[in-house]
Amino acid sequence: MNNFIITISITIAGCIVLQLMEVIILGKITAHDLAKKQKEISVAEFFERNKHILGFGNQTRALITSVKEGVDNGLDTCEEASILPDIYVEIKNHEDGECKVIVEDNGPGIVKKQIPHIFGRLLYGSRFHAIRQSRGQQGIGISAVVLYGQLTTGKHAKIISKVDEDRPAAVIDLVIDTNKNRAEVINRDTVHWDKPCGTRVEISIMADYKRGKRFVYDYLQSTSIVNPHAQITYKETDGTEHIFERTSETLPKKSIEIKPHPYGVELGTLIKIAKHTKSRKLSSFLKTEFSSMGDRTTKSAIEKANLDKNLNPKEMDREQFLALHKAFKKVKIMSPSTDCLSPIGETLIKRSLKHETQEISPEFIITASRPASVYSGNPFQVEVGLVYGGNLPKEETVKILRFANRVPLLYQQGGCVTTQAISSIDWRRYGLNQPSGKGVPSGPAIFLTHVSSTLIPFTSESKEAIADVTEIENEIKLAFRECARKVQYHIHKVLKRAKTREKFDLITKILPEIAKKSANMLNKPVPSLNPIITKIMDVVWIEDLIEYEKIKREPVQTTLVGDSRKEDRGGTITKSRIMVVNYKQTPQKLNLYAIIPEDAVVGSISPKPSKVTNNYIRWNLESIPPANKIDINFELAGLEKGDFDENDLYIENINPTYVIGADKWEGD
Amino acid sequence: MNKDYSHVITKIDAIAAKIYDDFQKTEIPFVNLPTRTKSNIKFDENLNVWKYGKNITERNAKSLDGAYMLLRTMYLADFIKEMIKINKSSTLREMYYISEGWDLAKFHSQQESNLLAEDLEVITSCMREDFKLRPEEDGARVIGNVTIEETTRNNKKKKIHCQDDVGDSGYSIPYNVEPEKLTFKSIDADFMIAIETGGMFDRLVENGFDTSNNAVLVHLKGQPARSTRRFIKRLNEEANIPVLVFTDCDPWSYRIFASIAYGAIKTAHISEYLATPPSQYLGVTPSDIENYDLPTDKLTKEDINALKNELTDPRFQDSFWKGEIKLQLKMGKKSEQQALAKYGLDYVTDTYLPEKLTEMGIIKK
Repeated sequence: MNNFIITISITIAGCIVLQLMEVIILGKITAHDLAKKQKEISVAEFFERNKHILGFGNQTRALITSVKEGVDNGLDTCEEASILPDIYVEIKNHEDGECKVIVEDNGPGIVKKQIPHIFGRLLYGSRFHAIRQSRGQQGIGISAVVLYGQLTTGKHAKIISKVDEDRPAAVIDLVIDTNKNRAEVINRDTVHWDKPCGTRVEISIMADYKRGKRFVYDYLQSTSIVNPHAQITYKETDGTEHIFERTSETLPKKSIEIKPHPYGVELGTLIKIAKHTKSRKLSSFLKTEFSSMGDRTTKSAIEKANLDKNLNPKEMDREQFLALHKAFKKVKIMSPSTDCLSPIGETLIKRSLKHETQEISPEFIITASRPASVYSGNPFQVEVGLVYGGNLPKEETVKILRFANRVPLLYQQGGCVTTQAISSIDWRRYGLNQPSGKGVPSGPAIFLTHVSSTLIPFTSESKEAIADVTEIENEIKLAFRECARKVQYHIHKVLKRAKTREKFDLITKILPEIAKKSANMLNKPVPSLNPIITKIMDVVWIEDLIEYEKIKREPVQTTLVGDSRKEDRGGTITKSRIMVVNYKQTPQKLNLYAIIPEDAVVGSISPKPSKVTNNYIRWNLESIPPANKIDINFELAGLEKGDFDENDLYIENINPTYVIGADKWEGD
Repeated sequence: MNKDYSHVITKIDAIAAKIYDDFQKTEIPFVNLPTRTKSNIKFDENLNVWKYGKNITERNAKSLDGAYMLLRTMYLADFIKEMIKINKSSTLREMYYISEGWDLAKFHSQQESNLLAEDLEVITSCMREDFKLRPEEDGARVIGNVTIEETTRNNKKKKIHCQDDVGDSGYSIPYNVEPEKLTFKSIDADFMIAIETGGMFDRLVENGFDTSNNAVLVHLKGQPARSTRRFIKRLNEEANIPVLVFTDCDPWSYRIFASIAYGAIKTAHISEYLATPPSQYLGVTPSDIENYDLPTDKLTKEDINALKNELTDPRFQDSFWKGEIKLQLKMGKKSEQQALAKYGLDYVTDTYLPEKLTEMGIIKK
């Protein structure tokens, strides 16, 4: 947001310079002459001149930006009200390149009085000042679309909003008075609307529908991937309807608002906060207005700044603030709390990717997520996913899906830190093509990155690429490396499984046939095979199977607050069956670990496990006699079909070379 | 004439008994057979041919491949017993198709089934004919002053003179050339030339080389079938005439010669039945390319590999072959026998062959 303010001031200064030059050309001037020319430039006027910065640079972009601002708003408002979003997007094509963009949500609606402010004023919004993860950050979004629409078509925007089930919806037609940065309401009305609540925006804009429609589709599909809790319907001009289905009934964890962290605060912001604080002393000011400031850090920051802790922050001068600001950097301050972030979670990313890539039928989907981290006092977190194989083109460059705070980034891929991080990894050892081991690899894969942060450092106001921040780049790299390791593990496992499957075929099918045939030829009884089977196998064999059982879904709660996981009892039960067979010639005992997803709820387990944690279940299996087997079963709830599609098994207290089907346990 | 197959049945049953015993003794079932590769062929001083050496390959039920091999061997053995019982025979290709009904034991390619039939020969020391299996390919063609008596399919003996009683394509060698089927009544020839390509065979026939030089001409049809090799061997032994092998000038042709003169790697277990040790290589040699200035093609990557392979093949370790192969690798070129046509259609019969045969001491000036 600071960037933005700076941009404005520079541009305004630029305008003044232009005016000056104008005057100089005309001849001698006085300060009074100048004063006549000088006037406040309204933000709306500023936009009028700089619409390219905000994503309205051409008519294709204008279409996508309009849809995007509408959808982002809809999603944000639904989530704030803890409602599972149902977003409807429709584009009506008029002649001469004019389109009507309609976006409708099922959010709480907007009270009549606020509608002109939200849609008719730029830089107006509640999220502008808050430090927490949200889609919109600038408060410039939807009103910019209204303004763009009125500039290019001369038509006003129509907003329908309903806040109460028992009352009719309000209809307001408005334009923006660009001089005053205020809405001018053209018409007010009420109308009957079937929805219990929600908002519908209709804005006519000049747009290139023919070229833009593909991007709109991509944008909505991508949005659906990172917002599995949202249902998005898209109706094209010819009436074709696409539905991006909801794959999760759980709302994302609500992000919590946090106070600014001293490392990330700018001097001007520091002064501004001091002006509005209720604290009377510097020490309490620091402790109450900033995050991660305890007694000790506060004391040492004040000491480093050479200030008195009893100073009244409202009376401090610029030099004192500067000293304080510098002192922040010299003190070791704990990272801000990362509660304010709301990552998607590996299970949901995997499920979404699975849902959206059904037609490709990929070989595997693998995800990785990093713990939250911090850059310049701003918490952020990276999640990545990788789709591999199936019908994906083998020769083309890997497709990169980039997301920031659950919003797809469609343009400027080359300038994004995500691309930079991916390019710097040597993908050749993971089976992708990458000449000289650098650059975006090619091969049958799709990469996904999601960065969530209280402040995404975009390269520009059109929010299309994430800036080159070392901390973020490193986290993305680490996440992809983890992903790549999992890919290797997966491939290794698949190969091993195929091999062991062969051996199993051998003892269960071929060997009995050989015995039968030789017996038949000699007219003798079929010999017993068990001793030879243990001799041939000479391993402890672990095999597993995963099944899903649909259970009756309980009425879906649409408003889930806080830790909602335990309330999600409907849907599918994942049943995992593990078979441990001792094909060694002596009795064997071992400890078996089954890894389970953190967001799953463990149901029944048999036999009785020796330990159950968030991440694994452990069984201590005592002495299994030769040619005997033990069946292990466990159930997981809270997952959809396919979320858990592969058992991850480990063993302990036995020579790992004796075991097929599980790897050595390396500790928690 | 009904052959006695009881020894075959005994040998086949022995395999089944061995496997059954392994089960009874709780041993992992296995069979041993000589390793059938280049590295395991040794020259047999007594027989004068190359045979399998002492290296043994164990096929056991520990691995999937080994288990499949054992299972298929069982099925094949049972099938052979059945054929003997009902007095029928089948081609190798028919056997491949019959295996469709063998469930898990079914073959996935004919090469697999051919190899197993050979394996079974090796294990039992029987011949393919003992198993009532025959190749579907026929033997090659012969023209020369030879009278053959063949037992026809209605059990009559028929005399055939291989010049007067045959057309331009010559006498066609049947798949069975054992004495019960085929005997030589009279042979009047000074030597025999085994020719790789049909084109060159026809050239020599058209130019009347068989009569002008009193020679028997045998068309090999590429890598010669067992019956062709057996035919050459019998003719060589019974008439005591020299055998000359005339092929293209490339590594694959040298292997044709080796299979006639030394014994093939795949059939080294029956080399003494198939190989004709006195055979001599006539050409085209790499030296001929230089001496006769023949048109050439460049050696391909596969050619070069095959030549290098032959340098380590125990059968090509004499100075003639080592010299010629190294020369060819140096030249990087190969040629065909029909390249001699560069000098006219009669050149091969008027100039090349007389010169080479004189040089080799087969004909005198």
